[in-house]
Amino acid sequence: MSDQAINEGGAPTRTDAFKRRLKKRYASERRFRLAGLSAVLFSVAVLIFLLGNMTINGIGGFQRAELEVPIDFPSSGIAADAASMSSSGAIQALEMQGLPDIVQFYADQALGEEAAAELNDHAWREVARAIVADPEIIREKHDFSLSASAKLAAGLNGEGSQEMQALANRLSAEGKLAKNFDVGFLQRSDATDPQKVGIWGALKGSILTMVITLLMAFPIGVLAALYLEEYAPKNRWTEIIEVSINNLAAVPSIIFGLLGLAVFLWIFPNYRSAPLIGGMTLALMTMPVIVIAGRNAIKAVPPSIRDGALAVGASPVQVVFHHVLPLALPGILTGTIIGMARALGETAPLLMIGMRAFVATPPDGFTSPATVLPVQIFLWSDEIGRGFVERTSAAIIVLLVFLLVMNGLAIYLRNKFEKKW
Amino acid sequence: MVTVVHPNLELANAKMRASNVSVYYGEKKAIDDVSIDIPSQYVTAFIGPSGCGKSTFLRTLNRMNDTIPSARVEGEIVLDGEDIYGSAMDVVQLRARVGMVFQKPNPFPKSIYDNIAYGPRIHGLAEKKDETDAIVEKSLRRAGLWDEVKDRLLDSGTALSGGQQQRLCIARAIAVDPEVILMDEPCSALDPIATAKIEELIDELSGRYAIVIVTHSMQQAARVSQRTAFFHLGKMVEYGKTSDIFTNPIEKRTQDYITGRYG
Repeated sequence: MSDQAINEGGAPTRTDAFKRRLKKRYASERRFRLAGLSAVLFSVAVLIFLLGNMTINGIGGFQRAELEVPIDFPSSGIAADAASMSSSGAIQALEMQGLPDIVQFYADQALGEEAAAELNDHAWREVARAIVADPEIIREKHDFSLSASAKLAAGLNGEGSQEMQALANRLSAEGKLAKNFDVGFLQRSDATDPQKVGIWGALKGSILTMVITLLMAFPIGVLAALYLEEYAPKNRWTEIIEVSINNLAAVPSIIFGLLGLAVFLWIFPNYRSAPLIGGMTLALMTMPVIVIAGRNAIKAVPPSIRDGALAVGASPVQVVFHHVLPLALPGILTGTIIGMARALGETAPLLMIGMRAFVATPPDGFTSPATVLPVQIFLWSDEIGRGFVERTSAAIIVLLVFLLVMNGLAIYLRNKFEKKW
Repeated sequence: MVTVVHPNLELANAKMRASNVSVYYGEKKAIDDVSIDIPSQYVTAFIGPSGCGKSTFLRTLNRMNDTIPSARVEGEIVLDGEDIYGSAMDVVQLRARVGMVFQKPNPFPKSIYDNIAYGPRIHGLAEKKDETDAIVEKSLRRAGLWDEVKDRLLDSGTALSGGQQQRLCIARAIAVDPEVILMDEPCSALDPIATAKIEELIDELSGRYAIVIVTHSMQQAARVSQRTAFFHLGKMVEYGKTSDIFTNPIEKRTQDYITGRYG
C-alpha cells in the first residue's frame, strides 16, 4: 500500500522541486564560504595595516639624528693608557682632562658655532665610551657621529622653529647631519630627551617580570589542574573551586593590580615597582588560564592510556607523571602561551603597583625598580614631541618581537612534546 | 536463580575463586551473586549478550573497577587464597600479578621497546640495560611479534597495525610475568587474520598463565577456551567445560543463546 503511494508521484528525489531545493542548498553554502573568506581577508587586512603602520613609524624610532664631528686626538693632548681606561673611573678621568671642552672645540671647528651648540650635551660621553672601549683610537684623527639635540632632531623631521629647520636642512645638505641607526636604543633606558631614550630598561623589566610570572603561574596552574582532574572528589566543594577559577580568568586585570597593591605590597613594602611584585600580580592573572587549559588537556588524554598503565601495575602518581602529563603537555603549553602573552601585554595592574615610575637605569634584579614594555609605551605615548612618537612605535615593535620570540619558543616546545596516539 | 554448574567439572587447582560477588554502579546492580572458580592451567571464556556484565565481572578480578568512583563490589574474590579486596592486598601488586588486555589496542605513545619495558621498569624487575633487553625480547617472542618488529624496536608502538598493536599489548602484559591474564574482547577491533593470530597466541600462552577471555563470539569461545561461563542480565547462568556448554547445555537460556536465538 504505502510503497504504491510513494511510487505514484515518481521518485521524490528526481523531481524538479527537489532540484530547485538542491540549487538553493548549494547557493547557501557558497554564501557561507564567501562570508567566511571575507572575514579572514578583513582580519588579514587589519593586521597588515597595523604592522605596516608600526613598521613605517617605528623605523624612525630606531634612528637618531647625528652630527659628524672629526676629532684630532694627537693634538688635543688627551692621554689614555690601557690600564687607566679599564678602571671604573675612566669616564670621569677623561672628563677631568677636559674631554667635554675638546669635543665642543672640534665641533665648533667642523660645524660652526651655531650648529655645534645643537650638539647633545651628553655627546662627549659617547666619545668617552669609544675611547674606553678602544684606547688606541687616540693615536690618530677619528670621525665621530654624535647625537644631536632634540630640537635639531625635530628640525630634521620638519618640525620645531623655522631657524632650526633651516639649520637642519643646511647641515643635512652639507652631509654633516644625518639619521643613523641607533644601536643605543636597544641598550639605554628611559630619559626625558627622545634622542637619549632606550628600550633596554623596559625590555629587561619585562623579561624579569615574565620569569617570575612563569615560575609562579606554571607550576601552580599545572598542579591545580592535575589535582582537580585526577584526585579531587566530585562534590560541591570542588564545583565551587572550579567555578571560582573560571571566574578568576574573567576578572578585569585592574582588579588584580589592586590585589597586588593591597596584598603583595603590604607583605613586601620595600619592593614597590619591582618585577617581583609585578610578576606575582601577573601570575595571579595567568594561573587560571593555565588551569583551565590544563584541565581540558588532561581530560583529553584517552582513558585507554590510563587503563593500560594501571593494568601493568602503575601507581596513580606514575600514571599521572609517566603518561597523563606528557600527553597533556602540548595543551598545557598552549594555555601557557595564551596566558603569558596576555600577561606580557598587560599595563593596568602594573600601574597600580607603581611600575609606571620613571626608571632611568635598567633593573639590576628582581627587586629593583623597573618598568615593563607596555607601560613604557604608555608613558612615551603621553609625551609630546615628534621624537617620542617614533620611539613609541619602535617600542611597540620591540614588544611585538619579544612576544613573537616567546610564543615561537613555546610553540617549538609544544611541537617537540606533541605525540599522536 | 542459581548458577548451573555442570556435574563433570572438576574444581581442583583454582587460581582465582569468586564467591557471591555482586557489583553495583551507584544504585544499579550490574553483577548479581556470581561464584566461579578460575582454573590455573586453562583458558576460561565469559560469553553472553551485550550488557550482560561479563566485562564488568572481568574488571573486578584485577580491581580495574576501582577507577570508577560509583562502583562497589560485594562478596569475596581470592587469588591463591588471598582476598584481593582485603587490606593485606596491594592493588599495584595485584595488577602486576593479574594483567589485562583491553578491547581496543591501547599501546602507549612510546617506542615498541618502551611499551614492553615500562612494566618491568616501574616494578624494578630489570635494573640493567641487558636485563631489560632480555625481557623485551622474551615478551615479544612469546607474543609472536618479535620477528615482525625486531628491526624497529624504537619506532612508535602506535605505528603498528591493529593486530600487531594488540599483540604488543599482550607482550606488555606478560613482560611483568603475571599469573593471570584477563582479556576483554581482545579481537573485537581486529580483522579475521589478526584475530586468528591472537587466538593462536592465546592457545600458546594457556599452559603458562591462567587466561580469562571475554568474548561476544561464541565461535571464538569454542575455539580457544576449555571452560565457558555464560552470563545473562548480570547473572552467571551456566558454567562448565566448553564442550559441555556448547554441545549439551542444561539451561534453556544458554541453549537459546548458543543456537543464535538472541544476543
